[in-house]
Amino acid sequence: MSAPVIEAVDLVKKFGDFTAVDGVSFEVPQGTVFGLLGPNGAGKTTTVRMMTTLATPTSGSARVAGHDVVAEPEAVRASMGLTAQAATVDDLLTGRENLRLIGDLYGLDRRFVRTRTDELLERFSLTDAGDKIVKEYSGGMRRRIDLAVSLIAHPAVLFLDEPTTGLDPRSRVELWDVLRDLVRDGTTLLLTTQYLDEADQLADRLVVIDHGRIIAEGTPLQLKNQSGAASLVVTVSRHDEVERAADLLRGVVAGDVHVDADARKLTAPGGDVSALARIAADLESAGIDVDDLGMQRPSLDDVFLALTGHKAEESSNQEEVTA
Amino acid sequence: MSAATEAIAVERSAPKPQGAGMVRQVLTLVRRNLTHIKRQPEMLTDVTIQPIMFVLLFAFVFGGSIQIPGVDYKAWLLPGIMAQTIAFSSFIVAIGLNTDIGKGMVDRLRSLPIQRSSILISRSLSAIIHSSIGVAVMSVTGLFIGWRINEGIAKGLLAYGLLLLFGFAMIWVGILVGSAMRSIEAVNGLMFTTIFPITFLSNAFARTDVMPAWLRTIAEWNPISSLAQAMRDNWGIAGIPVRADAPWPLHHPELATLIWSLAITLVVAPLALRAFNARTTD
Repeated sequence: MSAPVIEAVDLVKKFGDFTAVDGVSFEVPQGTVFGLLGPNGAGKTTTVRMMTTLATPTSGSARVAGHDVVAEPEAVRASMGLTAQAATVDDLLTGRENLRLIGDLYGLDRRFVRTRTDELLERFSLTDAGDKIVKEYSGGMRRRIDLAVSLIAHPAVLFLDEPTTGLDPRSRVELWDVLRDLVRDGTTLLLTTQYLDEADQLADRLVVIDHGRIIAEGTPLQLKNQSGAASLVVTVSRHDEVERAADLLRGVVAGDVHVDADARKLTAPGGDVSALARIAADLESAGIDVDDLGMQRPSLDDVFLALTGHKAEESSNQEEVTA
Repeated sequence: MSAATEAIAVERSAPKPQGAGMVRQVLTLVRRNLTHIKRQPEMLTDVTIQPIMFVLLFAFVFGGSIQIPGVDYKAWLLPGIMAQTIAFSSFIVAIGLNTDIGKGMVDRLRSLPIQRSSILISRSLSAIIHSSIGVAVMSVTGLFIGWRINEGIAKGLLAYGLLLLFGFAMIWVGILVGSAMRSIEAVNGLMFTTIFPITFLSNAFARTDVMPAWLRTIAEWNPISSLAQAMRDNWGIAGIPVRADAPWPLHHPELATLIWSLAITLVVAPLALRAFNARTTD
């Protein structure tokens, strides 16, 4: 495998007595999406700030596109784009002016900046809004122009700090599509998120980070498998058949069957495909109608809860130092 | 060559983001800051309506009861208000910088391959341009109320030069305050309760020789007084000569303004840079 495009080795960041990042290491191959998943205050933003030369590591090292973040910060900045947690675009400039501002600062050819601006506005469905000042944009549009600005110089590496926080579901899905396009074109993405579905949707590999430490890593599927096998889930049509169905299910799987009588839903952990086939046959011969029948893998939410003892959207540290 | 292949050629050749030359970086950022003024012209009230209001209020409300022998109070007052306006360029820098830090704009700029000093240089230049608009507006206003440059072009320009020099020194104060304060409200509060009274404890609006002794000492050593005195001398609108027992700065107001400007810069600039770096690193 080729050398990683992003590499962190034992990164540590302390603010006084508080250790925000406590020995984080990972590698991201070219053209892949790497997720840093964790609750508020877990150390995700601080990690990104070190990778993007905005903060100096207390110890450890990191390389982006082959350049050391401490020794060659200029080279790192020239090869990456950053979309920070709060959309940092200039409210009083138009979308087009924002793109030009950053393009000019990169020292790009003016003619190129014009072409690229049109191309990016088009790609992010902002052509009509390009000459409006950003203050008048919706939240989703702000996010899109913010991302467009980060892409003006074709960065090989893109850092995205909670790119969809505060977006409505439709805007999130649209942004995910754009990010997938970028990866298809060879961009390497590192994104932080506290949303498990987002990591599940986008990341090729991810680490779960809590209190500044990596507590798990792997592909989304590996992480889900880690926290247990799939379950069989049956939803019966009639309330008075819940108990009969539960008895049938107990005959098929070894473990306890969880019964949610109100929802007419039965969950049995430890099921596999043959168990699924048997319960389907048993339910049919018993004449029990079902609304839904299937296998369910644990969600990343389950994984997170199992790993940390708290839910992902809760803060891991009440005294978080915002840096 | 078709449009499509040309587009591809541009695509391949262009992205060499080595960072623009520093001059282009600074000009780009100055243009951005000036666009803010264009989009929000009310940002200029501090250097237009407010000083004109002061000129008119002081000239016509107090003007009757304040007599400066040998010169019309209205003409004499104008350099005082210009000195006050230029001192407020620190305010403009502090607000602009604090906003950019607070909204994450400084972080975005710092993540680009640019000379980081261009962030501060462009802020300073924008503030000087901002204040200069005010000085120009006041000069025109002055022409209507009897203010003139009486000592020739060279001395006339020297006075403007000293005004700008002092403005650049005050900008460091603005960088310090803008970096150190955590909110715009804090910047406003601090600047209004310090710079505002300081500009009044001077000869900007009233004669110092009739002030109580302790106040007179403070007022006559105030850099605002040297600056106003230097402008009045060089524009030929000082009226009565400076008292023989007045402190040194009023007898050598040009040199005193130069020294004050250098002293403020030497003391405040290192603190300002440290505050800015501390606030924007990590």
